[in-house]
Amino acid sequence: MSGYLQQLLVGIVVTIEVGTVSLLIAFVLGLIGAAAKLSSNRWFAIAGSAYTTLIRAVPDLVLMLLMYYSVQNCVNAITDFFGQPQFDIDPFVAGVSVLGFIYGAYFTETIRGAVKAVPRGQMEAAAAFGLTRWQTFSRILFPQMMRFALPGISNNWQVILKATALVSIINLHEVIYAAQAAIKGSSWPGGAQMLFYLSAAALLYLVLTTLSNFVFSYLEKRYAAGFERMAR
Amino acid sequence: MIDLIKQYWQPFLWGSPDHISGLAMTLWLTVVSCVMGFALALPLSVGRAAGPLWMRWPIWLFTFVFRGTPLYIQLLIVYSAIYGLDFVRNTPGLGAFFKDALNCTILAFTVNTCAYTTELLTGAVKATPRGEVEAARSLGLAGSNLYLRIILPSALRRALPAYSNEVILMLHATSLAFTATVPDILKVARDAYADYYLPFPAFGIAAILYACLSLTFISLFRKAEQKWLRHLPTT
Repeated sequence: MSGYLQQLLVGIVVTIEVGTVSLLIAFVLGLIGAAAKLSSNRWFAIAGSAYTTLIRAVPDLVLMLLMYYSVQNCVNAITDFFGQPQFDIDPFVAGVSVLGFIYGAYFTETIRGAVKAVPRGQMEAAAAFGLTRWQTFSRILFPQMMRFALPGISNNWQVILKATALVSIINLHEVIYAAQAAIKGSSWPGGAQMLFYLSAAALLYLVLTTLSNFVFSYLEKRYAAGFERMAR
Repeated sequence: MIDLIKQYWQPFLWGSPDHISGLAMTLWLTVVSCVMGFALALPLSVGRAAGPLWMRWPIWLFTFVFRGTPLYIQLLIVYSAIYGLDFVRNTPGLGAFFKDALNCTILAFTVNTCAYTTELLTGAVKATPRGEVEAARSLGLAGSNLYLRIILPSALRRALPAYSNEVILMLHATSLAFTATVPDILKVARDAYADYYLPFPAFGIAAILYACLSLTFISLFRKAEQKWLRHLPTT
């Protein structure tokens, strides 16, 4: 039994890895998407809107299966064409890139809203001081935008963390997979052990979501430095 | 691909009268769990916002646990683990209930959406302007009258945009039902994929159906907001 608990702990590490790497990818895609949607170039704006509308209208699980199997199919077609042995996509890479791509659409909306909430005068002042575009972004826009974006980012992170549970469906060995493996290998009578391992997995998720709440409330305080707390 | 569509268009949309599947099943799952989840969340949110302490913290714990864990695990617990317990299987009523995948799925979805809805309705009840309550009290309204006539009508309106989000999320979450063998859109897509080994058309059709459903729900909620939130300034 301790072996399976160890497996569960390995699972939680994979869950955290998948979650954080997907978060980073989604955040970068969100910045790019928000830039596209806010850009004055019509085609960029249209592409950005298409990305957010289409991705957010379809369940993440459906997109995961669609992308995972379609890309694997294409890879198979290519390897077959060149007479190479079958190349299986690494489940970690697949899970992370699919989650990152999907939640990038949600981040685009969060970041777009946050950028629009930064007063215009700030950007005008930056231009008046002769800051370069990069300086304006990194010193003026980004720090202020984060204050408005953090509640949304925190929400998205919670959703991503819980969506990592779905990655076991495309064969990645995270918490749920570990729980299921433990169930199959255990010698306890059916339901009770299943309940035990699944509850253990649920508890690990609960710990993760609770811990990340603390981290985000700290970050929110940090980025709100210099602003009064909202009256309650 | 044409063959796939020819063979599977009916299961994708509604199946047959004695075996409902696809779009009809997804819609049924969404509507039933949202309606039941909402009906349960309404009293829970009032209890959490205004009840005594012994009522508030169990409700808080309930929403905390069910919002903090993935729905997939909740579904696995309800569908596989509970039925595996001997005493459940041997109790006639319980055994029959948990044996049916559809019952388990609807139960898991209902409880999950109930937790999220309770939380968002609690927020809406707590955000009731003080003046509204004071005005109602000064007119002699109290207890259930105060809630049914003043606080809830105003809170439900305020919660409408957030609730529309929750319904869309629930619609998307129903795609998990296929892991419990319930024949929703994604299950039909999986079958079609297994049959023809054409992932893009099979899951692509599913994605299109889900997108159509989402957009329909969004436009319905927009109509509802126009009707019930007309007194608010448009943004």
